[in-house]
Amino acid sequence: MKYAYYPGCAGKGATPELHQSTMKVVEGLGIAVHELEAFNCCGAGVISEADPDLAYTLNARTLAIAEALGLNIMTVCGTCQGVLGGINKKLQKDEALRSRINAGLKETTGLSYGGTVGVKHFQWILVKDFGVDKLKRFITNPLTDVSIAPFYGCYILRPESATGFDDWENPQSLEKLIKAIGAYPVEYDGRTKCCGFPVFLEKQEIATELVEKRVGSAKNAAGDAMVTPCPLCHMALDFCQKDAEKIHREKEGPSRLFDMPVLHLPQLLGLAMGYSPESLGMKHHLVPAAPLIHKIT
Amino acid sequence: MRITITIRRFNPEIDVKPHWENYTLEVGRETTVLLALLKIKDEIDGSLSFRASCRASICGSDLMMINGMQKLACRTSVLEELDRHGHLKIAPMANMPVIKDMVVDMDPFWKKLKAVTPYVVRENDDLPVQSEALTTIQDNLENADACIMCGACLSACNTFEASSDFLGPAALAKAYRIQVDPRDEIRKNRLETLQTENGIWDCVRCVYCVQVCPKDVAPMEQIVRLRRRSIAAGFTESIGAKHITEFTKVVGKEGRLNETRLPILMTWGNFKKMFQMIPLGIKMFIHGKSPNPFADPPAGHEAVRAIFKGRKK
Repeated sequence: MKYAYYPGCAGKGATPELHQSTMKVVEGLGIAVHELEAFNCCGAGVISEADPDLAYTLNARTLAIAEALGLNIMTVCGTCQGVLGGINKKLQKDEALRSRINAGLKETTGLSYGGTVGVKHFQWILVKDFGVDKLKRFITNPLTDVSIAPFYGCYILRPESATGFDDWENPQSLEKLIKAIGAYPVEYDGRTKCCGFPVFLEKQEIATELVEKRVGSAKNAAGDAMVTPCPLCHMALDFCQKDAEKIHREKEGPSRLFDMPVLHLPQLLGLAMGYSPESLGMKHHLVPAAPLIHKIT
Repeated sequence: MRITITIRRFNPEIDVKPHWENYTLEVGRETTVLLALLKIKDEIDGSLSFRASCRASICGSDLMMINGMQKLACRTSVLEELDRHGHLKIAPMANMPVIKDMVVDMDPFWKKLKAVTPYVVRENDDLPVQSEALTTIQDNLENADACIMCGACLSACNTFEASSDFLGPAALAKAYRIQVDPRDEIRKNRLETLQTENGIWDCVRCVYCVQVCPKDVAPMEQIVRLRRRSIAAGFTESIGAKHITEFTKVVGKEGRLNETRLPILMTWGNFKKMFQMIPLGIKMFIHGKSPNPFADPPAGHEAVRAIFKGRKK
C-alpha cells in the first residue's frame, strides 16, 4: 500500500500541524507515502471561477506526476479532494476534454495524463483500503468517555459526482473512525454543512455566524472536540471561535463559553495511537486542545 | 409492508411549539412520500396539512424535509428512504417560516426572485427579435431555465441560514438566465446590482443548492458564471472579485497559495478591512500559522508559471 501524498497548500502553509500529524500517523500505521514535493495548488475551486481550463491543467499536472510514479494520490484536505478528485473524474470520463487539456499541459510542461490515477482522501483510505478493524490494532490509548463531533464540511461530500465515497446525505466514515479509536461520535446538526471559510475574508460576519451555528450545535450535543478532514474547516472553526462565542453568548446566555478544540483527523488518530500532543502539532491551534488532552490522560 | 413515518406537526392555533408524531401505515414498493402523506390524511388524520398539486415533479409545491434533506415528496420513494436512513422523518422546509405542519410561508423566496427583476426588460417591446439572438440564449442557458421554484435551494442555502437578506440560489440562477438573454437591455446594470451586499459574492459555495435541486439547475454554478462575467465586465474591485483574481495571481507566480500574502493583496488599500485582519494575523503568527510572505517560491513553481503563460497565449 503506497500513495503519492499530496499535502496541499494548507498542509504546507497555515496548518503545518496537519502535515506533521499525517506523517506521524502514516508512519505508525505502516502506510508508505511518496510526498509530491513539487506539487501545485489545486485551485480550491477559486481558480476554476477565473478560468476552468487553467484549473483543469494545474490538476492534470498533479495527476500526470502521480501517474508517472505509478501511484494513486492520497489527499489530506477535503477541499483538495473535492477539486482534484472531481477534476480527475471529469478527465477520466471525457476523452475530448482530456486531450484538449493534455495538449496545453504537454506543450508547457512536457507532461500528459492518461486517466489512470485514483484520488483518495486519507479518511477514505483508512476506512476502505486500510480497514477499520486493522486500525483498531494500532490503538494503544483508546479515547473512551470522549465525545467527538465529526465535521465533514462540503467538498469531501458534495457534489456527489465529484466525490462518491460516503452517502452525502448520511456519511458514516468519520463516525466509523471515531468508534474505532474508542470514542463516541456525537450526533448534531451541521456536520455536513459549511464552516464559512470561503467567505472568511470577504464577509467575516457570515463566516462567524456559521461557526457559531456549527460549534454551538456540537457543544449543545456535549461534544468534547470536533474533528475534520479539511484544514480549511479547521481554520474557520478554530480562528473564528472566539468571535463566534460573542454571538453565542448573546443567544444562549453569558455563561456559554466556546472552548471547542478542532482537531485534524490524523491528530485525533495520533492521540489514540499514543503519540504526544506536541508531536501532533497541537500547539498550533488557536483554541487550546488542553481540556481534551486533560480528559484522555 | 407496514412502516412508521415520523412527522413534525405544528398548528399555531393549538400548539406552543412543534412536536413529532408517529403514523403507522401499509405501503407498497411504489409508494412515494406524497402518496403516504395523502393516505395518512385520508385514513388516519385529516388535519395533516401539506401542499401538493401535480404529483409529477413539475409544480414544485410539495418540497419538504425528508430525512433532513430538501426533497419533493412526489418523487421520493418511501422504501428507498427507509433503506438509506433506517427511518423516515418528515418536516417542513428548513429556514422558512412555518404556517402549519408542512406548509411554509414562501414569501421570502418570492421577494428575492422579484428583487432580481426576473424578466426581460426592453424599451420597445414591438421591435422584432433577431433569430440568432434566440439561438445565443439556447447556447448559454446552462439549464438555468429549468427551475420549478420549489424553494429547495433557498431552504438548503448555507449563506441564507446565516444571512437572511442574501438573494439566494434561485433568484441568482434566474439573474444568470436573464444575463444571457441578448433581448434584455439592462444587463450591465443588472450585473452592477449583483455586486452589492447580499449579492453574488456572499455565496459560500457549500454546493447544497446543486445537490438538492430536483431539476439540476445547479444554482451555485450559475452564480460562479455571474462572478466570471462580472470580472470580465470590469467589476473587479469587490473583495470577492479580488479573492479570485489575487488568488489566481499568487498561484500563477508561486505555484501554491501563500496564506499570508493573499489576505494582504485582497485587502490592499482597504484600511478598515486590513485593520480588522490584524488581530488574527498576530495570533496566527504567534501560533506558527503564517507562512513567510517573502519566502522563495517552492519547488514546482516553474512548471506552474509555464502553464499560466501557455493559458494566456
